Amino acid sequence: MDFIFAGATDIYAGLMRFFHVIAGVAWIGLLYYFNFVQVPALKNAAADGTGAGITKHVAPLALLWFRWAALATWLSGAALLGGNFAAAFLLQTGYEAIGIGSWLGTIMLFNVWALIWPNQQKILGMKKATDDEKTKARRVALLASRTNVMLSIPMLLLMTNGLSHKALLHI
Amino acid sequence: MKNPLDSITGTIVAGVILTIIILALLENFLNT
Repeated sequence: MDFIFAGATDIYAGLMRFFHVIAGVAWIGLLYYFNFVQVPALKNAAADGTGAGITKHVAPLALLWFRWAALATWLSGAALLGGNFAAAFLLQTGYEAIGIGSWLGTIMLFNVWALIWPNQQKILGMKKATDDEKTKARRVALLASRTNVMLSIPMLLLMTNGLSHKALLHI
Repeated sequence: MKNPLDSITGTIVAGVILTIIILALLENFLNT
């Protein structure tokens, strides 16, 4: 029951870290679902014409949770940095690792809202688009999504080892 | 040359290589 004696700041940081991890699991979990499950499954489904169920019922709901979880993860991360926000993003001494992790997360959030979501809206027919535009949208959305999978690897290492636990970084 | 992001394996390999580069940068060039 030690938490009763913890200060308000510690409790706030603890709850924010807890929420940051939950939101992050939802975000990156769905990112991995899209890349490791849905994209290959849709390729197979295209062969026998059974992909409509996924594109009509699964993808829009998954994208809804995906993009809002991304925003919630970034906001809770920013709240967790609190007064150290600028020190992290300016890579000041002691904050280099978490700072690079924060930049990677920020680039990933940008990819979600500026590249993946607008292009997915065209692909899924939520926004009007010609066949040519849809083909281009598919390519941009796929590459942005794959970029995020790539960036998630160093980002997660720096998030888990960049500030309070640095055993893997020798810093 | 094929884009590594076109395959899952290529994406993960690219991510691991990027991680190694960032770790080297952190340990050798930034004030840590």
